[in-house]
Amino acid sequence: MDENIPRVTPRESATFDEYTRSEIRRAASTGIYDIRGGGAKRHLPNFDDLLFLGASISRYPLEGYRERCGTDVTLGGLNASKPLELKIPITVAGMSFGSLSGQAKESLGRGANLAGTSTTTGDGGMTPEERGHSKQLVYQYLPSRYGMNPDDLRKADAIEIVVGQGAKPGGGGMLMGQKINDRVAEMRSLPKGIDQRSACRHPDWTGPDDLEIKILELREITNWEKPIYVKVAGSRPYYDTALAVKAGADVVVLDGMQGGTAATQNVFIEHVGQPTLACVRPAVQALQDLDMHRKVQLIVSGGIRNGADVAKAMALGADAVAVGSAALIALGDNDPRYEAEYNKLGSTAGAYDAWHLGHDPAGITTQEPELASRLDPEVAGRRLANYLKVMTLEAQTIARACGKNHLHNLEPEDLCALTVEAAAMAGVPLAGTSWIPGQTPY
Amino acid sequence: MNTMDFQEVGLREINRALQAVDSLTNSREWAIENPMGQHAIACGINAPLSVHIKGNVGFYCAGMNQQAEVIIDGHAGVGLAENMMSGIVRVKGNASQSAGATGHGGLLVIEGDASSRCGISMKGIDIVVGGSVGHMSAFMGQVGHMVVCGDAGEALGDSIYEAKLYVAGSVESLGADCIEKEMTAEHEQTLADLLERSQINKSVQSFRRYGSARKLYNFDIDHADEY
Repeated sequence: MDENIPRVTPRESATFDEYTRSEIRRAASTGIYDIRGGGAKRHLPNFDDLLFLGASISRYPLEGYRERCGTDVTLGGLNASKPLELKIPITVAGMSFGSLSGQAKESLGRGANLAGTSTTTGDGGMTPEERGHSKQLVYQYLPSRYGMNPDDLRKADAIEIVVGQGAKPGGGGMLMGQKINDRVAEMRSLPKGIDQRSACRHPDWTGPDDLEIKILELREITNWEKPIYVKVAGSRPYYDTALAVKAGADVVVLDGMQGGTAATQNVFIEHVGQPTLACVRPAVQALQDLDMHRKVQLIVSGGIRNGADVAKAMALGADAVAVGSAALIALGDNDPRYEAEYNKLGSTAGAYDAWHLGHDPAGITTQEPELASRLDPEVAGRRLANYLKVMTLEAQTIARACGKNHLHNLEPEDLCALTVEAAAMAGVPLAGTSWIPGQTPY
Repeated sequence: MNTMDFQEVGLREINRALQAVDSLTNSREWAIENPMGQHAIACGINAPLSVHIKGNVGFYCAGMNQQAEVIIDGHAGVGLAENMMSGIVRVKGNASQSAGATGHGGLLVIEGDASSRCGISMKGIDIVVGGSVGHMSAFMGQVGHMVVCGDAGEALGDSIYEAKLYVAGSVESLGADCIEKEMTAEHEQTLADLLERSQINKSVQSFRRYGSARKLYNFDIDHADEY
C-alpha cells in the first residue's frame, strides 16, 4: 500500500449499524427471535415535541402555591353506579403477578394508595395481597382469562376489558416457563415450568357488536356497579375509540407503542402500532364526534414520564394517564446500584430488558424468592407515591402557568409543536406559526 | 316454584332476583318464561338454585355460573356458560360457538350439537356434547374433560394443554400438538361417570381419547412450523 495516498476513514454502515449486526449475529447463532420486556426503544415523535405557550397578555396565569389547581378525576360515571373517584389523574397501568413479583405488585398498590389513585391487575388474575393493598383496584379482563372468576370480579372497583396493548397491537403474550412457579401455575391452571401463552383474541366475542353484549354480561354480573374500561392499543385510535364507545365502554384506555410489555418479540414492539402522541387526538376526535368527550373518559398510556407529559396528554383531551414502565423505574427497576449484576446478565442499568427470564436484580420482574425479597414494598411504595406526587405537582405548575384552575381545563390551544410531524399528529400549530398540517393553510 | 316472565320484568330484574337469593334459601326452584333469545340471562348466579329457562337464549346465558343448575329448554347463543365455575348447565337444543369458554369448573351438557370453539381455553370445566362439535373445539384447552358423542370438526384440540378429549365419532383433523392417546381403564371410568352425570346413554367403548403431545410446551425453533 502506497503510504503517500491519503486513506479514507473507515465508515460503518448506517443501515447495518453495530446494533443491527449484533442482532443478525444473535439470530444466526440461536435461530430464535429476540424476546424482551418494555416498550419501543427507538426514537419516536413524543410529547417532548410539544411545548406549552404559557400565559401572557392574552391569558391570565394563576399564582403558584396560592391559587388552587384541581387534579381530581371521576372515571366511569356514565353507566356505573360506583365510579372511581381519584385524587390525581395518573393511574397505575395493568401489570400481572407472574410477570412481576408479589412484592412489586404490593408496592404498586401501596404507592397508588398513598397518592390517591388506582392500580390495575394483569394477566393472571387478582391476588389477595394485591386486593388487600390496593384501595382502588381495576381488574383486567383479558383474552386468556387466567384466574378470572366472578368473586374477584365483584371485588374489583372497575373492570378493564383488554383488547390490545400498545407494545403489541394484535399480539398475545408469553410468560416463559422459568417464571411459572407453583403459585403462578395454579393461578393460571397450567403445569409448572411451561411457556404460558396468552391469547391475542377473546375466546367468546369477536367484533364490536359482540363486545356490547359482553359488556352487558359483565354489568349484569356486577349489578351495574363497576365502571367498564376498554383498553385498546394505539393502532386505529379513531375507530377503536368510537367502537369501544358504541359497545358501551365507560372509559377508553389508549395505549401507544411506547407502552411496555412483560415479554414480547422485539420486532413486534418496535414495528407495530403508533406512537402515543399520534393516537391522542384521533381518539379525542372520535369522542367529540359522538358527543361523548368528558362523558366517556379517556386514559392515555405509553411512555408517560413526567408532569409535562401528563399535562400535554390532558391538554390534547385525555382525562387521565396511566404509567407502567415509569412506575417500575420508580420502584427501582434498572437502578444503577445493581450495575454489577446487570453486567453479569450481559446488560447495563438503563438497558436491562430481559424481564421474561426472571432474573431481575431489582426484585421486580422475577419470581425468584431471593431476588424478590430485595424489594421492600413499604419503601418501594413510598418511592412510587413520591414520584406520582411529583408528576402531579409538575402538571399543576404548568396548568397554573396556562391560567387553568384544574388540569382538565388544559386545552390544545395551550400548545405548540416543535416539528411538523408533531404538529400534524397532535393537531396543534407548528411553533412560530398558525399552521396545523392537514388542517390549516401555511 | 318462582316464575318470572322476561317480557314482563326484563333482564335486570331477572338477574337481580337470581343473584340476590341466599345460599341457604328454601326458595330454590325458579322458572323463566319467554326468554326470547335475549342475552346474559341467568349470569352471575352464586347459589344452589334450579333455574329452568323455557325457550331459546342469546349470548352468555349462565355466564360465570356458581353452584346453580340451569336448564335451557331450547337453543343457546354464543358463550353459553362461559367461565363457569361450578354447578350444572344443560341445554336441550344446540349451542352456538364458544360454549363453555374458559370454564373453570362444573358440568356443561349440550344435548344437541355445539358450534365452533366449544370449550376454548377450558380451565377445569367438564363438557359433554350429545351431538357434534365444530372446528377448533378445545383450542388451548388447559384442564377438564370434553366428551363428544358425535363428530368433531377440524383442528380439534389445537395447542391443547392438559384437557382430556373423548370423541365417539370421526375427527375431521387434529390441531397442533393434539394426538390420539391410549384409553386406559381409568379413562373409561372417568368417561362413564361423565356420561352418567350427563344422563346421556352412550357406550364407553365407542370413544377414542385425545390430548396433548406436549411438544409445544416450551418454545423450540425446530417446531416453528407447528405454530
